[in-house]
Amino acid sequence: MSRLPDDLKYARSHEWAKPEEGGNVRVGITDYAQEQLGDVVYVELPEAGRRVKAGEACAVVESVKAASDIYSPVSGEIVEANGSLSDAPESINQDAYAAWLFRVKADDLSELNALLDAESYKASAEEAD
Amino acid sequence: MPFIPHTEDDIRDMLAALGAASIEALFDEIPAELRCGALDLPPALKEMEIARLMHARAGRNRPLLCFAGAGAYEHHIPAAVWAVASRGEFYSAYTPYQAEASQGTLQVLYEYQSMMASLTGMDVSNASLYDGATSLAEAVLMAVRTNRKSRSRRILMPKTVHPYYRRVVETIVGSQALELTELPYDIDTGRIDPASLDIHSGTDVAALVIPQVNFFGVLEAVDELTDWACANGALAIALVNPVALALLKPPGEWGKSGADIACGDGQPLGIPLSGGGPYFGFLCCRKAHLHQLPGRLVGRTVDADGRPGFTLTLQAREQHIRRGRATSNICTNQGLMVTAATIYMALLGPEGLRRVALQSHRNTLRLMDGLTAIDGVERVFPGPFFHEAVFRTPRPAREIMDGLAERGILGGYELTREYPELGEAILVCVTETRTQEDIESYARKVASLVIHPGNGS
Amino acid sequence: MLIFDRSRRGRAAHAQFPPETGESPTVPDGLLRKTPPALPEVSELDAVRHYTRLSQQNYAIDTQFYPLGSCTMKYNPKACHDLASLPGFLNVHPLGLGRAGQGTLACLYELQEILGEITGMAGVSLACAAGAQGEFAGVAMIRAYHRSRDDSARTEMLVPDAAHGTNPASASMGGFRVREVATDSDGNVDLAALDEAVGPQTAGIMLTNPSTLGVFDRHIQAIADIVHRAGGLLYYDGANLNAIAGKVRPGDMGFDVIHLNLHKTFSTPHGGGGPGAGPVGVNDKLLPFLPLPVAVKEDSCYRMLTETERPHSIGHLITFAGNVGVLLRAYVYVRMLGYEGLKRVAEFSTLNANYLLKKLIEAGFEPAFPQRRAAHEFIVTLKRLAKEHRVTALDFAKRLLDYGVHAPTVYFPLLIPECFLIEPTETESKETLDAFAGAMAAILKEAETEPDRLKSAPHSLPVRRLDEVRAARHPDLAYPSE
Repeated sequence: MSRLPDDLKYARSHEWAKPEEGGNVRVGITDYAQEQLGDVVYVELPEAGRRVKAGEACAVVESVKAASDIYSPVSGEIVEANGSLSDAPESINQDAYAAWLFRVKADDLSELNALLDAESYKASAEEAD
Repeated sequence: MPFIPHTEDDIRDMLAALGAASIEALFDEIPAELRCGALDLPPALKEMEIARLMHARAGRNRPLLCFAGAGAYEHHIPAAVWAVASRGEFYSAYTPYQAEASQGTLQVLYEYQSMMASLTGMDVSNASLYDGATSLAEAVLMAVRTNRKSRSRRILMPKTVHPYYRRVVETIVGSQALELTELPYDIDTGRIDPASLDIHSGTDVAALVIPQVNFFGVLEAVDELTDWACANGALAIALVNPVALALLKPPGEWGKSGADIACGDGQPLGIPLSGGGPYFGFLCCRKAHLHQLPGRLVGRTVDADGRPGFTLTLQAREQHIRRGRATSNICTNQGLMVTAATIYMALLGPEGLRRVALQSHRNTLRLMDGLTAIDGVERVFPGPFFHEAVFRTPRPAREIMDGLAERGILGGYELTREYPELGEAILVCVTETRTQEDIESYARKVASLVIHPGNGS
Repeated sequence: MLIFDRSRRGRAAHAQFPPETGESPTVPDGLLRKTPPALPEVSELDAVRHYTRLSQQNYAIDTQFYPLGSCTMKYNPKACHDLASLPGFLNVHPLGLGRAGQGTLACLYELQEILGEITGMAGVSLACAAGAQGEFAGVAMIRAYHRSRDDSARTEMLVPDAAHGTNPASASMGGFRVREVATDSDGNVDLAALDEAVGPQTAGIMLTNPSTLGVFDRHIQAIADIVHRAGGLLYYDGANLNAIAGKVRPGDMGFDVIHLNLHKTFSTPHGGGGPGAGPVGVNDKLLPFLPLPVAVKEDSCYRMLTETERPHSIGHLITFAGNVGVLLRAYVYVRMLGYEGLKRVAEFSTLNANYLLKKLIEAGFEPAFPQRRAAHEFIVTLKRLAKEHRVTALDFAKRLLDYGVHAPTVYFPLLIPECFLIEPTETESKETLDAFAGAMAAILKEAETEPDRLKSAPHSLPVRRLDEVRAARHPDLAYPSE
């Protein structure tokens, strides 16, 4: 199966989340997700300052044949979106864990506990297959 | 059996291959109680018979000399336009989903997109929507989606936008919690009074619709209006006539930074009047809004050998992929009409289109001069206008229109219902297809109706 | 070569435009265009050659077999085009329909009546430009109906997971939340799932029957009962009417509102992507809400109903009376068919589909629903091929193009992986079907022995397989390219 770093948290909807200093959470999509999507052609990202709830769709990753909604794993305020993706959306295919989508200042970091670890995510993805 | 090629032998062989006793047996999964019996339909006609009937029906339509516009315009359509567009390879082709087998249609659409982008002064155009009114509705929805600075879903809709367009927009956006705020017009000039925007300054407006040319044929103060929109964080949606754009400044050049979206009806570009349709709507925008543009888009790319080719692109926005979250539900658009319009624009070129626009404009001025020379008939708005204008008569507008119709003329559009404040007013249109004689005849007939009311023809 | 590449400064189709009079427009300078639009400058012959040659790069029904499932690519009779294009019809201004368009109005009125009879509906409006608009109208009428009964709780529209994308898109546009209902292994709507999904929040359900899976849902009466009992309405997506026209009427199946695709069942041309027409039909309950305009007959005169006569109409979806030219074509077609001809459409489209399915199974293809009869279309899945030879349905489709056939619908419905949805229609002969089955068998063999032939197909068309990723990542949508 695709790459699954151990130090990240995962959502069933194929996002990865990495807590950072200052209470921010960095979010991207998993290697499995980019494989399923195919060549990424465009990414629609939320604006800095926007408030999101956990589970709210706030970004879209488009390939030629599909468009996937990306759900914020935590509630909070968007602090930054990855601007480099507009020129190089393919970087998500090249390295899904380096090509982050956005960073959220979390209201409540304990929301991360509801996410899965690498093993559980792998199991849930295989089950859906 | 019309259009069905099967012989008795074919039927027998096919049923044998299926091991079915009859064709009826193939319907055995349908519950018997759902089967309908004979339907009450007119008996089948051979081609010869339906041809006769349709000729009679076409003959029942009375040919009237056309002086009406109001959203549909009679222009000369070169014979080559439909001779080529009606070719079976264009006419009976499907949507170009299999790009390699549809390079003809795809290249036509790419050329169309290029021409419309240039005509409107925008960066991109889609491959068409249903008509002008629906393209305005889509533009409004697009503006709300795109305008990240605005949280309101409020659109300023001038009263100088075609009333039929306004009602279509209301029907289409009504269920999406958008607020359409009417902008009044100045009854002396027939234009949106830029000062009437003052009460909206500083409020949250998602978009302002700016018609050019407006419903009365009058030219709006597009620069001021566009600048107002920009200063207020609202998107400027230009609603334009494509032939007029050969003469008038395009939306991309309005104000300091240009309009954001341009839309309208492409019927004037080689599409016959045909009782009201099919026409086509165009929608163009700045590059920044590309991903919110509804409808099909054709892109140029290369094939496996590096040769240039065309394909539908950015399809992830559309209904067949995005389903409930699509930019629009549109699927079938108006492909054949766009093919015709592209051929028309190629034949007319920039100079031809300019002359069509100019001749239409000057013919309208000539008619207005002739009409205002009649005692009691007045020009309602001072202008400037393009190829439509409003005149007021001392007799009821209905009487003038009926009288003209009896004398073989479709006199225009009566404004009394939607704009009663203008009195007995008629919107008249003259295009390049009307001769000097036609124009004089119209004026003469109005004169006789005004001076001798109640006179039969 | 683009038309712009053939441009030469000063060249023009002079016969086509008004003479130069040297006059200037009476328009303030600030409103005038300063630079001409970038339209091509070509001679008339250049333009005719260019676009004629382009047409020759298309596949079309007039030249190729087009077994596109859910599209009903039947022959577009030339008579329909010719007669709808008579000058008497073409030259009527929409505002002159009442005074001077009695011939056109007579055809429109009769078409309304005929479509109402075919579908078992009390009233029909022709004023929707395409199926998707018809769907929007249907959804809007359902909304208006519940509102008129002060029932504001009905916020959800049910849609089968196999539905065509326009269904949920239209429901969303109509302000509803979309809720998907599962399909069972027999290709029918899962009744248990439906029962669970309905409630006071249910505005209605959007269905096609036969479904997008190419089979007739035998439980349609049960479905109607469940939804009606919960207070919802049934919407019929008429895309598949070709399978049952003249044999079953949606009104009799319990549907309250329907739309038809005239560019499918009623043979109006596909035109490279439209124009179509999507008339809607309703039963008595929804009659007051029909979109305008609707034609009526009084003595021997025709006119359009006014807004004062239909105050509860959902309104106008299009500027004028709809795609009148398309409606006239459908009228000619349906007058040529009559009841007998219509019934034969259903019979022979079903015969052709079942026969072709049999031939393909014999050639080694896997049907999605082997236990069911095909309606007018059916699905074969290439899942095994994909797994064993790493050849996708798309590769297969591209290779079919080399055999002079337009590929069937690929990847729809989304439920069946690596599928082909195949609809031969009734206007194709047994020889054409046999040839198609032969081509499919040949390609199947190639997939097993020479899969690269498929993966790099097509080979014999004006272009090889196109780079769609590049087209989307670096959009070049207008000349000149940046």
